[in-house]
Amino acid sequence: MLTAEDVVVQFDGLTAIGNVSLSMGRHEVFGLIGPNGAGKTTLVNCLTGFQVPSSGRILLGGEETAGWKSERFRKAGIGRTFQAGRLFREMTVVENVEVTGVGLGLTRRQARAQAMDLLEWVGIAGKAETVAGTLPYTDERRVGMARALMLGPAFVLLDEPAAGMSDAECDDLMHLVAAIPRIFTCGVLLIEHNMRVVMGVCDRIHVLDGGRTIAEGTPQEIQRNETVIAAYLGGEA
Amino acid sequence: MIGFLQNLIDALSLGSLYALAALGIGLLFGILRLTNFAHGDFISFGAYALIVPSLEVTATKFIGNWPWYLTLPAIAALVVLLALLSDFLVFRKLRQASAPTLMIASFAVGYVIQNVILMVYGARPKAIDVWSSLQQQVVIGELRVPQLQLVTIGITIVLMLGLSLFLNRTSYGVQMRAAAEDFRMARYLGVKANFVIGLAFAISGLLAAMVSLLFVSQTGTLSYVMGVPLMLFAFIATVIGGMGSLIGAVIGGFAVGFVSVMCQAYLPEELRSFRDAFVFAIVIAVLIFRPSGLIPTKALVQRV
Repeated sequence: MLTAEDVVVQFDGLTAIGNVSLSMGRHEVFGLIGPNGAGKTTLVNCLTGFQVPSSGRILLGGEETAGWKSERFRKAGIGRTFQAGRLFREMTVVENVEVTGVGLGLTRRQARAQAMDLLEWVGIAGKAETVAGTLPYTDERRVGMARALMLGPAFVLLDEPAAGMSDAECDDLMHLVAAIPRIFTCGVLLIEHNMRVVMGVCDRIHVLDGGRTIAEGTPQEIQRNETVIAAYLGGEA
Repeated sequence: MIGFLQNLIDALSLGSLYALAALGIGLLFGILRLTNFAHGDFISFGAYALIVPSLEVTATKFIGNWPWYLTLPAIAALVVLLALLSDFLVFRKLRQASAPTLMIASFAVGYVIQNVILMVYGARPKAIDVWSSLQQQVVIGELRVPQLQLVTIGITIVLMLGLSLFLNRTSYGVQMRAAAEDFRMARYLGVKANFVIGLAFAISGLLAAMVSLLFVSQTGTLSYVMGVPLMLFAFIATVIGGMGSLIGAVIGGFAVGFVSVMCQAYLPEELRSFRDAFVFAIVIAVLIFRPSGLIPTKALVQRV
C-alpha cells in the first residue's frame, strides 16, 4: 500500500495541500483529479520525496518514509513521470531508460535488455536509437513511462500523461495504463485532465480542490457527485 | 603549399594540447558546473612529478628516467590522485555552492598547488629533457615533421576515442552523461553523485597528466606557472566551443591552436609579438556572432 496520512504542505504560510489522506494498492489504477492549482502535483511530489510535507506522513507498505530523499523513494519502488517529460534530451531513447537500471545496480547488458522490453511494451522500440530531444511530445511520455517502470516498481505516478494527445493516442495510452497493475503488479496513480481517460481507466478516483479532498469513489460515483460537478463547472454546490 | 602544410601540422599538434586540456575542463564543467582554474596547476604538477623534489637549479630526473610505459601510468596515477584529493578536500564540501563560488575555490586550489611547487622545487625554471629522441624529424616528401608532433596528435586521437567509447559504451559513461545533462534527475534515477563526480575528476586528472608529459617534452622546461597559459587557452577553447559540450571543447581547442599558429606564421613580422592579442580578438569576434559557442548545448557529449 502507498498511503498519505493527513498531509499538509505550506509554502510561506500559503497552504498548497491541507489534510489530504489517501491510500492505494498495487492492483488498481487510482485517479487524482482536480482543477488547476488543486495541489495534485504537490501531492505527487510528496509521495515521491520531491517535497517534504509540512506535517502528516507518507507510508509505503506500512513503513514510515520521513527523511527519505527522492532516490530512496525510487529505490523502494515508487517510479514517476514528470509533466515536462524531463528526459535526457541529448541521450538516445534506450539510454534514457537504461540509465535508471544501471543507476539502481543492474549491469549495462541487463539494463539494456529490460529497457528494450519496456520500450517494446510502450510501443516505441523502433525509436530506441533516436536522440530523445528530437521525439514528438507524445513519444516523450511513453519514454517517461518506460523509465518509470524500470526495475519493477510497486507504484508508478503518472503526471498528466495524456496532455496534448489526440483521441487515438489517448486510446493507446488507456490500454497501456489499464494494463500496468495486471502485467507489472504495480499500482498506478494517474493525474490527468482528460476526463475520458480518467473515467475510462481508473478503478477509484480522488478529487482535490484548493488543496482539500472533496470526494473519493468509483468513476460512476464521482461523475454523479454534486460537489465535484460544482468544482469543475464553477457552479454552487 | 609545403609551408602551409607544415603550419597545419603545427596547428594540429598545438591544438591537440589545447583540446586535451579543454576536455578536462569541459568534463568537470558539464557535471559540476565547476570551471576548474586549477586544471593548469594539475598539469604543472604532473610535469614536476618527473623529477626529484629539490630546490637545486638543475633537475634530476626520477620518474622521468623510467621507460615510457612506466612513466606514463606513474604520472597519470599521481595527477589523478591530486585531482581526486582536490575533490575530496575542497570541492566535495561545496556541492551546494554556486558556480562562481566553485570557480573561486578552484583558483584557491590552484594557488595552493603553485605554492607547494614553489616551496618544494624553487621558483627558478628548470631545464628537463624528456623523450628528446622524439625531436627527430620524420621526412615525408618535402615535409619535415618532428616525431613528437605526430605522437602528440596520435595520443590525442587515442584519448578522445577512448573517452568517447567510455561515455557511450559503458554503464559508468551513461551515468556520467545523464548526470552532466540533468544532475538532479540522474540522482533521482539512482545515479550515485559522488561516484560520478569522482570519476569525472579522475578522467580530468588523466587528461591533465597526458598534457603535462606532451607539453614538457615539447618545451623542455619546468616552471611553477607553466600550466597557467595552457589553462587559459583551454578555457577559451571550452568557451568558444560551447561550455559543457565535449565535442565543442575539442573543436574549440583545435580552433584556438589553429588561429594561434596561423597568426604566428602569417602576421607581419612586427605584429607577431602581439599574436595572442590577435587570437583573443578573433575569439571575441566568434563570441559576438555565436554567444553560446560553436556547439551550443548543455549536454556532455553528442554522438561521436
